[in-house]
Amino acid sequence: MAKFLPLSQAVADNLKDGDAVAFEGFTHLIPTAAVHEAIRQDFKDLTLIRMTPDLVYDQMIGMGMVKKLIFSYAGNPGVGLLRRLRDAVENNWPRAIELEEHSHAAMANAYEAGAAGLPCAIFRGYRGAELAKVNPNIKSIECPFTGEKLAAVPAVRPDVTFIHAQKANKKGDVLIEGIIGIQKEAVLAAKRAVVTVEEVVDDFDDVHPNLTVLPHWTVTAISVVPGGAHPSYTHGYYIRDNASYLEWDKIAAERDQFLAWMQKNVMESKPEDFAGRVENLRDAK
Amino acid sequence: MSNELGFTPNEMMTIAASRALKGDDVCFVGIGAPSAACNVARLTHAPDITLIYESGTIGTAPDVLPLSIGDGELCDTAVTTVSVPEMFRYWLQGGRISIGFLGAAQIDRFGNINTTVIGDYAHPKTRLPGGGGAPEIATSSKEIYITMAQSKRGMVEKIDFYTSFGHGDGGDHRKRLGIDTAGPTLLITDLAIWKPDPVTKEFTVVSLHPGGTREKVQETCGWTVKFAEEVATTPAPTELELKTLRDLQARTKAAHEGTAKGKAA
Repeated sequence: MAKFLPLSQAVADNLKDGDAVAFEGFTHLIPTAAVHEAIRQDFKDLTLIRMTPDLVYDQMIGMGMVKKLIFSYAGNPGVGLLRRLRDAVENNWPRAIELEEHSHAAMANAYEAGAAGLPCAIFRGYRGAELAKVNPNIKSIECPFTGEKLAAVPAVRPDVTFIHAQKANKKGDVLIEGIIGIQKEAVLAAKRAVVTVEEVVDDFDDVHPNLTVLPHWTVTAISVVPGGAHPSYTHGYYIRDNASYLEWDKIAAERDQFLAWMQKNVMESKPEDFAGRVENLRDAK
Repeated sequence: MSNELGFTPNEMMTIAASRALKGDDVCFVGIGAPSAACNVARLTHAPDITLIYESGTIGTAPDVLPLSIGDGELCDTAVTTVSVPEMFRYWLQGGRISIGFLGAAQIDRFGNINTTVIGDYAHPKTRLPGGGGAPEIATSSKEIYITMAQSKRGMVEKIDFYTSFGHGDGGDHRKRLGIDTAGPTLLITDLAIWKPDPVTKEFTVVSLHPGGTREKVQETCGWTVKFAEEVATTPAPTELELKTLRDLQARTKAAHEGTAKGKAA
């Protein structure tokens, strides 16, 4: 049953040191506010899962919260490389980080297998790809009917998944629209799920019957955080803040500069600040 | 921006790449250079082309080039938007993609691509973003087109990591691995058009762009370049092609710079 909670409590109740946690989003609906709350609460030794680790993963890695990353594409979308991730991988700063690297097809299948309650995902993939040689979790299996050799990877089963969505109704059902990415699978694959939303409406009586809706009993906690996906976007609410992505490339380039920025914009900040950050991005939606 | 020819090598590359696409193609669009070429094709000779981005947007027709593969513009203009697992399972793995259009950080003469690391995997000199969708795009699409600007860093004798399989060591290497798709069939650079040799599968220059010479192609390539017996000259961009590309880039620039900035990331 979804409980409506302030974000600080939703994070404190559902995330623990050492957890395997996914903050999912595929360029759209990145749960930035939830990540920043996790950073303020200073969790340690997390295994982070995400198809497309971006700025918020760079931030958690740079703050030393992460012992392992399971991923398929780590980049600043549309801009380039993640500089804090690079510093961790290339120089062990602020700590060494273990990588479990996959392709998108593998991660998408692994989340789906997690949601479907299967131990592993089977798909046609990794043929000729060297990742299969450096990642022991990539194996192969023979189709019992045709004999075709297929790739197999373990299901992704996060302890907790965080996502951002457009809206919840009063019962706690959650609606996701636009580029829906992997969020439904990531929620259903996880033991616990926390959703930040732009708003709460009375009911979903007027929405199209085939929209992506997570029933309230699949969600552990909901926090209302308008603007909570900034600098990514929330389809129908505000557009992407492209300038912030470009700026991150400079902020993350130097350790001290990164830490100073984190202090000012995350540690001394709060969930309510996100609404102001998207104010100028709402008109152009 | 233009030289004495009236267009830049990069413009020629994008336009030459766009010409390779047909109206009945279903094209899985990689980030960066392929995205511009695919949309120029759609806006000129191939209005009915189906462009698919890995974020789940099928049949998208963006007015400006997306900054990332998941921009809202792609969803707004798409025929339909599906989830990411559906994209990779039904649409890519299901064999519905005719052309996978990829860029590359590093490529070798057989069209194998590296976007994972420079240096050793465990202790890389440069950690790159990784494969994303490319490893399966490279093997599940019926054919692969690759576009990239030439440089000795990018076109190398041996790539540091086989992120996405092209023709492997050449010849029938794909077939030996049980891969039944054609793999890389076209490489378009800022200087030339390359096609694989029918037997060895080594990329061979079949056409030089206006202003491109054999010497320039060799100087900016890390392996000894093979040229076809008859090397054609790529037709220069038409006025319409150039105008379409430049207008698209101007709209894109205005849209991305015009975005009001928030206070913090």
